[in-house]
Amino acid sequence: MSSEQLLDRARELAEEAERLASESVRLAQEAARSVTSSAPPETTGVDPFIFGLTVLVLACFVGYYVVWRVTPALHSPLMSVTNAISSVIIVGALIAAGPAETNFSQIMGFCAVVLASVNIFGGFIVTQRMLSMFKKKR
Amino acid sequence: MTENYSAILYLVSSVCFIMALRGLSSPDTSRQGNFYGIAGIVIAIGTTLALPSVLSYEVIIAGIVIGGAIGTFIARKIEMTALPQLVAAFHSLVGLAACFVAAAAFYRPEAYGIGQFLAIYPASLVEMTLGLAIGAVTFTGSIIAFGKLQGLITGAPLVFKGQHALNAVLGILLVALIAWTVSDQTQLGFWLILILSLVIGVLIIVPIGGADMPVVISMLNSYSGWAACGIGFTLGNSLLIVTGALVGSSGAILSYIMCKGMNRSFFSVILGGFGGETDGAAAQTQGDKSIKSGSAEDAAFIMENASSVIIVPGYGMAVAQAQHALREMCDILKARGVTVRYAIHPVAGRMPGHMNVLLAEANVPYEQVLELEEINRDFNQTDVAFVIGANDVTNPAAKTDPNSPIYGMPILDVENAQTVLFVKRSMASGYAGVDNELFFRDNTMMLFADAKKMCEEIVQALN
Repeated sequence: MSSEQLLDRARELAEEAERLASESVRLAQEAARSVTSSAPPETTGVDPFIFGLTVLVLACFVGYYVVWRVTPALHSPLMSVTNAISSVIIVGALIAAGPAETNFSQIMGFCAVVLASVNIFGGFIVTQRMLSMFKKKR
Repeated sequence: MTENYSAILYLVSSVCFIMALRGLSSPDTSRQGNFYGIAGIVIAIGTTLALPSVLSYEVIIAGIVIGGAIGTFIARKIEMTALPQLVAAFHSLVGLAACFVAAAAFYRPEAYGIGQFLAIYPASLVEMTLGLAIGAVTFTGSIIAFGKLQGLITGAPLVFKGQHALNAVLGILLVALIAWTVSDQTQLGFWLILILSLVIGVLIIVPIGGADMPVVISMLNSYSGWAACGIGFTLGNSLLIVTGALVGSSGAILSYIMCKGMNRSFFSVILGGFGGETDGAAAQTQGDKSIKSGSAEDAAFIMENASSVIIVPGYGMAVAQAQHALREMCDILKARGVTVRYAIHPVAGRMPGHMNVLLAEANVPYEQVLELEEINRDFNQTDVAFVIGANDVTNPAAKTDPNSPIYGMPILDVENAQTVLFVKRSMASGYAGVDNELFFRDNTMMLFADAKKMCEEIVQALN
């Protein structure tokens, strides 16, 4: 093998290496892109369940401390007002009743809206009636 | 409206609900608290209506108007004595609404972004079926509680052999059904969970007697909160989770306070079988003991010459609607220089705080209405304890007789007063079915009459 042949061969090899290198960079970029675009959101952040659980536990603590401060004389209004605010479930009902087309889910949603509305109006009004009796007398 | 904006408005709404409960720490701030609650629900509804997926406003507004009209009508008409029934009925509506929302989400999960029909994300389906089960239990449980409180079904506990075993089997079956529904995504499983939960709701409330109703109502209050919580997890909505947790913990704390007021464990209340209505079952041991009974004139004379009187109201006062006549009687006494105060036992009545509301309705200033711990020591220096429609909560057997079913229950020490006046219809024992030895003491005078009639007669005698 002459020195020229050797030089040519070396040049060929260098070109090949360069081509492979650029190819691998391209592949790596593609892989990176596909990882970020196709991965389900659940695996990149915190699971929504854990997020919900965090909210739940913290809300239980808030509830615990707030409710213990409620004066025993107002335990009946406490029940009726918690009953009224638990009809916030109407949020789920409104989403179900929301779509323009009528189907089973929409009817279910409508029924839930009616029931929750009875509770919202009834609960707050009866609470208000009770609380207005606890005004300072004389 | 973007998702971030609605999330922030839901957060504002959650804070409003916390403020609503916070306001109840004193009667002065409580009305303001109620307005916070109303603001919270208005914000929640408004935000949801502004979501891009909510389009059919006519249907929704029709639903709100129908429901709102019914709710307003009921809330305005209801007698304050019927409050426990009303609250039980309202709880059942929350439970049923939770079932409807769960069914809607099961058949159109796309609307909530939790998968496709029969291909719902397993985690969401677990949360949904739990919400469904709790909602259904709340629904039928509350209906039974309503029936018992309204007198439509007997308040006596319904117990049968193998009851606890049956409930345990059904409970295990429910868990299995949920597992099956989640793994196989079947419609049949969903409906079976609903039916089974409805049955369980009935079965867990029927064995609980009338006297334990304050615990039951608080417990169902708690359940309705957890049902909302379960739906909140399904929808990934933190407002529902926060509110459900607030309501759930509120109901749980009230149940705890009520159980403590009866010195019973929560577990023993749930297992039931205690405290049937024993009206009319005369005390068996009265033969060898003598009681002193008096007339309205005697009672009027005693109280007029007393310097301090403590009124101890109970469920009997609510049944007889005697609160207005009672307040009239107390006004006359106060005008004659007698110090009159009211002592409320934690479990007096059929729901937490029931007596306070009835007295407030009759315009009794709330400063004169005191809780057990605040007033119990004062019976020593009191001339007259006027017990109207209460029984078990004054029974000294709770302190002295370890064999008594109510042993260990905190009681109002009315026996320490100089004279005890007992307004009662008959010698029947209380809801716990226990004799009250107070009736046979020398310083006790029985006033046999309907509570309202007796108060009116005393008023006449005082005039």
